[in-house]
Amino acid sequence: MNLLTLRHLKKYFATQKAVDDISFDIEEGSIFGLLGPNGAGKTTLLRMITGIFYPDEGEIIFNGKKFDPLNDASNIGYMPEERGLYKKMKIGELALYLARLKGLSKDDAMIAIKKWFIKLEMESWWNKKVEDLSKGMGQKLQFVTTVLHNPKLIILDEPFSGLDPVNANLIKDEIFNLAKNGSTIIFSTHRMEQVEEICDHIVLVNKGKKILDGSVKMIKQDFKENIYKIGAAMDDTAISSELFDVVNQDAQQLLLRLNGDASRNQLLNYFIQKNIDIHSFNEVLPSLNEIFIKLVEDTPATRKFHSV
Amino acid sequence: MNKIFLIIGREYFSRVKKKSFLLTTIGVPLVIMAFYAAIIAISIDDSEEKQKIAVIDEANLFDENISSDNKLTTFSFIKNETESSFTKKYKNQGFQSFLYVPQFELDNPGKFVLHSESSASLTTMTTVEKIINKTLREKRLLAKGINPAEFDKISGEVSLENKLDTKDGAKKSNAGVAYGISYACGILIYMMMIIYGTQVMRGVTEEKTNRIAEVVVSSVKPFQLMMGKILGIGAVGLTQFAIWIVLLFSMQLCLPILFPDMISQINNVSTEESKESVAMIASTIEGIAALPIAKIVSAFIFYFLGGYLTYASLFAAVGSVVSEDQQEAQQMVFPILMPIILGFVIMTKAINEPNSSMAVFGSIFPLTSPIVMMGRITYDIPAWQIIASALSLIACFLFFTWITGKIYRIGILMYGKKPSWKEIMKWTFAKG
Repeated sequence: MNLLTLRHLKKYFATQKAVDDISFDIEEGSIFGLLGPNGAGKTTLLRMITGIFYPDEGEIIFNGKKFDPLNDASNIGYMPEERGLYKKMKIGELALYLARLKGLSKDDAMIAIKKWFIKLEMESWWNKKVEDLSKGMGQKLQFVTTVLHNPKLIILDEPFSGLDPVNANLIKDEIFNLAKNGSTIIFSTHRMEQVEEICDHIVLVNKGKKILDGSVKMIKQDFKENIYKIGAAMDDTAISSELFDVVNQDAQQLLLRLNGDASRNQLLNYFIQKNIDIHSFNEVLPSLNEIFIKLVEDTPATRKFHSV
Repeated sequence: MNKIFLIIGREYFSRVKKKSFLLTTIGVPLVIMAFYAAIIAISIDDSEEKQKIAVIDEANLFDENISSDNKLTTFSFIKNETESSFTKKYKNQGFQSFLYVPQFELDNPGKFVLHSESSASLTTMTTVEKIINKTLREKRLLAKGINPAEFDKISGEVSLENKLDTKDGAKKSNAGVAYGISYACGILIYMMMIIYGTQVMRGVTEEKTNRIAEVVVSSVKPFQLMMGKILGIGAVGLTQFAIWIVLLFSMQLCLPILFPDMISQINNVSTEESKESVAMIASTIEGIAALPIAKIVSAFIFYFLGGYLTYASLFAAVGSVVSEDQQEAQQMVFPILMPIILGFVIMTKAINEPNSSMAVFGSIFPLTSPIVMMGRITYDIPAWQIIASALSLIACFLFFTWITGKIYRIGILMYGKKPSWKEIMKWTFAKG
């Protein structure tokens, strides 16, 4: 079942089409990656999903019904890219305030805060002020305030920036846990290695338009270029065949692009006949990073401002 | 709806709990009251030491009889001494000082001398001086064949009193007190609007640059966040007033306890000056009592709220469009400050001429009315003017809140460059 469906969403600002006819579905319980270069329209899209902006056109279906920003706010947790907390407030009071703004009663909020503070080892922070926290600690607090009210949909915009590897792993595990317990997570970033690791499904937007939509596995298959890596001891053996082109060669390994209809077994046969000792053979799938750069570079990276 | 109260609560308590709030709220009236208490205490102070003054009256000016108003000063006549011989002795005989009156011409007396070891106090000097001059005048009158009692009758003056014919019966008015109260109310509203308006602006800018605004508006409407902030800070202002009023009244009650002798001393004052100052205090108290206190307080609360709310929404809009740069904020605040300052200028005129056309206009025009109307409040204002002023203020507040809500909603999520006036106008008329 889809938790969130966007249909033909449009949001135009005075000088640009920030979001120009974007549609996609997000399955309940999945971790969804929303990718795109800077200025692609990700933040505008997220702000429409959180109800901060109203779309000019199109509709948002949330949990089977038309999205109602006021009532659905309690089902959404949003952690914006730029972190925001009241510097002068005490951490416990701030968490309580933000949870109650989401509609939690005072008692429920206290229970949830205690649970999360213990889980992330923040119990001793209660009476500290936000301004006393380091950047990474602030990040953790922001994450906690985002998920306190146990929202159905959690939107995380660059959640790992500023975190050390230990805390990044801690948060990553919590993200997996939340997804396992039925929360749906939208994860917006341009750090591709994290996306490959975490996301089930991704959408790539650029210049306000969707340019890619699919599961991570499927997209990699779609963009593969029949490149194989062979690990073998080759001492200046001349290698060339109609079956493949050599992409790269050094003493221990070889990168090949398979031509047209040639099969992998034919390729291996060629090496066996040459009596070359193969110790590894595997397909090289493109990384999301490469796909991302390829797709984005096809279009001018920076938006031109024009009147709509 | 519930959420706006959460916001109001946070804005309110985060300010009221601050130490600086307590300091200004309780400290300021304490300092003012302590100041007044000190003035009163000094003016009725009776602890001056008794003055014994010896008089060598060679000219026989006083006929061995000096009547003094001041019971603390006593005079004794010394015979068979000269000025130079007595100079060495008066201290040993228990006199603080001695007055030497040489032979003199009645029409050209020159200077008399008061000898003392340490410089004589101003009170002593004036007391003695008055006595000499009074006696001299009588002597001169008699020399010209005029009865001093007759002369006093002829030169008797009348004092002018202003009676107010209000519905509650005639009251004594005190123009000075009315003037002071009007002026104080106008200045207070003027200061409060700027101080609390600036607080709203800073709060909004802080939320924007902290990016907390984005988190909060994913839970509540931007308009709720703006109104919550404005109302919360307004409540802080009202709390401050309430505390001040309570403090002032309790101080007034405490005054007789702190100075139990004050009342008896009013009837028992010794010097002319303290009589005057006591009379001034009494007439001030009388003047305050003659003022329509309930009307002033309710008008003050209404115009404070109306003026504050109207301007706070403007300050909030400015706060939402600027970024960290304080200079930017100052530029944009200037157009808001202009009508406030204009109001203040009109108010100073309106106090002197409460029914001039300028004053009437200023107290109805909503951008200046909170300040100007307070400047006229102690005078009788026609009902239609009060109603017109109140209605236009409320209408202005609603209109501004509607417009600035739109600017705020977009401004608070815009980062980077400051938008131009043209862009801001576009936001104002944007739909949705």
